[in-house]
Amino acid sequence: MQRFTVHTGTVAVLQRDNVDTDQIIPKQFLKRIERTGYGDVLFFDWRYDRQGKPDPAFSLNEPRYRGASILLAGKNFGCGSSREHAVWALRDYGFRAIIAPSFADIFANNCVKNGVLTVVLQPSEIAYLLARGAGEPFSLTIDLEQCRISADDGFQASFAVDRFSRTCLLEGLDEIGMTMKHEAEIAAYEQKRRNLASSL
Amino acid sequence: MAARTLFDKTWDRHVVCAGPEGSSILYVDLHLVHEVTSPQAFTGLREAGRTVRRPDLTFATLDHNVPTVGNRLVLEDALARTQVEALRQNCREFGIRLFDLDAPEQGIVHVIGPEMGLTQPGMTIVCGDSHTSTHGAFGALAFGIGTSEVEHVLATQCLVQKKPRSMMVRFSGSIGPAVTAKDLILALIAQIGTDGASGHVIEYAGEAIRALSMEARMTICNMSIEAGARAGMIAPDRTTFAYLQGRRFAPQGDAWSAAEEEWRKLETDTGACFDSTVQVNAAQIAPFVTWGTNPGMAEPVTGEVPDPAWGANESERNSMARALEYMGLRPHTRIEDIAVDRVFIGSCTNARLEDIRSAARVVKGYKVAGSVQAMIVPGSQQVKRAAEQEGLHRIFTEAGFEWRESGCSMCLGMNPDRLKPGERCASTSNRNFEGRQGAGGRTHLVSPAMAAAAAVTGRFVDVRNWHYKD
Repeated sequence: MQRFTVHTGTVAVLQRDNVDTDQIIPKQFLKRIERTGYGDVLFFDWRYDRQGKPDPAFSLNEPRYRGASILLAGKNFGCGSSREHAVWALRDYGFRAIIAPSFADIFANNCVKNGVLTVVLQPSEIAYLLARGAGEPFSLTIDLEQCRISADDGFQASFAVDRFSRTCLLEGLDEIGMTMKHEAEIAAYEQKRRNLASSL
Repeated sequence: MAARTLFDKTWDRHVVCAGPEGSSILYVDLHLVHEVTSPQAFTGLREAGRTVRRPDLTFATLDHNVPTVGNRLVLEDALARTQVEALRQNCREFGIRLFDLDAPEQGIVHVIGPEMGLTQPGMTIVCGDSHTSTHGAFGALAFGIGTSEVEHVLATQCLVQKKPRSMMVRFSGSIGPAVTAKDLILALIAQIGTDGASGHVIEYAGEAIRALSMEARMTICNMSIEAGARAGMIAPDRTTFAYLQGRRFAPQGDAWSAAEEEWRKLETDTGACFDSTVQVNAAQIAPFVTWGTNPGMAEPVTGEVPDPAWGANESERNSMARALEYMGLRPHTRIEDIAVDRVFIGSCTNARLEDIRSAARVVKGYKVAGSVQAMIVPGSQQVKRAAEQEGLHRIFTEAGFEWRESGCSMCLGMNPDRLKPGERCASTSNRNFEGRQGAGGRTHLVSPAMAAAAAVTGRFVDVRNWHYKD
């Protein structure tokens, strides 16, 4: 997994609440059996018109957000389906971090597994960033070591991340490998489990 | 020992050991697998030279991509075919039992688990699908996971988890006639919002829940995710045990008595604490219809499409206006004045036998309106066979419904069953997101009885006033 330590990048704004994973990546793109190659179809139904041309009304198509690697989104971002393809599409498009007032649980979990950082900020901080996002392109620096975000205009904010997610992201850990180190405990649990009446 | 909740007890029972950084390593009793969210997980296993730790606790089926008409063994869609073939190959290679398209057990993963007795109280159950919360109806801790976690469970039969918070949702009173579990859960989501239970595991309790059948309880738990919850649970009781006893994978003989004794201890202790509590008066709930583009945008059928000006803040007003534009609806339109083009009765939310019976009772003696195309997609082959034994399929086909084979179908439109742009559908599924049932399609979520009534009348009607011809 790709590590996340400190990242500086341009911010794109998608000011909508409850953006669900069906919007992030529609169903017709879930039929592939690979983990990569989803960037071009991110937000497909919003991003392209019926003829397949980029829709200028959709914010990510605005020239000022070109090359953005940080997404500023609305509350409950990533709700709905558990499809990890949503995170693969955001990552393949180039996003390394998403900032929002809140995230859906499964989506946030999927982000950690793919080296994408989700950052929850306070409403006043989000409001400030939205105001900045409405103007000229701007960038943010996100420091996961310090759990701080900063901009060149002096904006500073701190954020909380659960310790396990932070460690995984900072070190790019293979979680499966970590769990496998607990083989003795897992085997002991399975032994104990065999004596339960109610197990398959 | 301190008083514990059903969730606490189920959680505690599955902690293998403390994990890194305040997390826990949790053992998984049952892992359900389908074709869409698993191929990359198996590839990951192969690349790392790992194997499936407990193929005996892993069960797979084909549901998301599969056609519901014609020869189902021949998939026209090359990509879908590749994905289906990949699951077959992966199951062969790793020794996992697959309920294939020609198997009598095939069906939607969340329908077949319970009907085979795989789903049992006190278990931990995961699947790469958000509606895994369905299985919580049995008092299991069941939740959806992404593909990376599917790989983790395949390799280790464990997950690294931080314990979610707990929420008690108490439905007091008794529900009125023709009001269903679907209406209870839509009413709850309308009340608390689509993120109202984020970070929480819900326990549903109260008189109205106790009175529900297992199938109705599954409908409630199924849509926990639409309120943002990690999972939803209902304490097992006599209804649960009566449903389970004698099913294929349920404990048999002496093992059954011992298991039932263990399960009886799962209920929440008196005095146990929840992080939050929600009260809903079930007696006052009318049949619900969604009008917008998330499941929280719902009103009683007696109501009207809300005015975006009523939104609590600018963001909500924008969301409402956007939803109405997408749905092609004007504020203050009476819900009963909304006409539909399509009716879909199906999905892991509402495609079990009782759902089909309830729709059949409404349809009996009527015809589908000339302006409406209506279809029924049973949740599983077993549901289909049982309905046919009761002759329900004839009620539907004589009325002009299409009677299909089992699968996820138009709940998410991965197979050829889709809405066309602009088409409006009364659907018994779980998500009315933009484009969910087909790009540009407009979905209204309702109960099976409400969907059946809409098929007959061509618009939404209050099914409490229905004239049954039985």
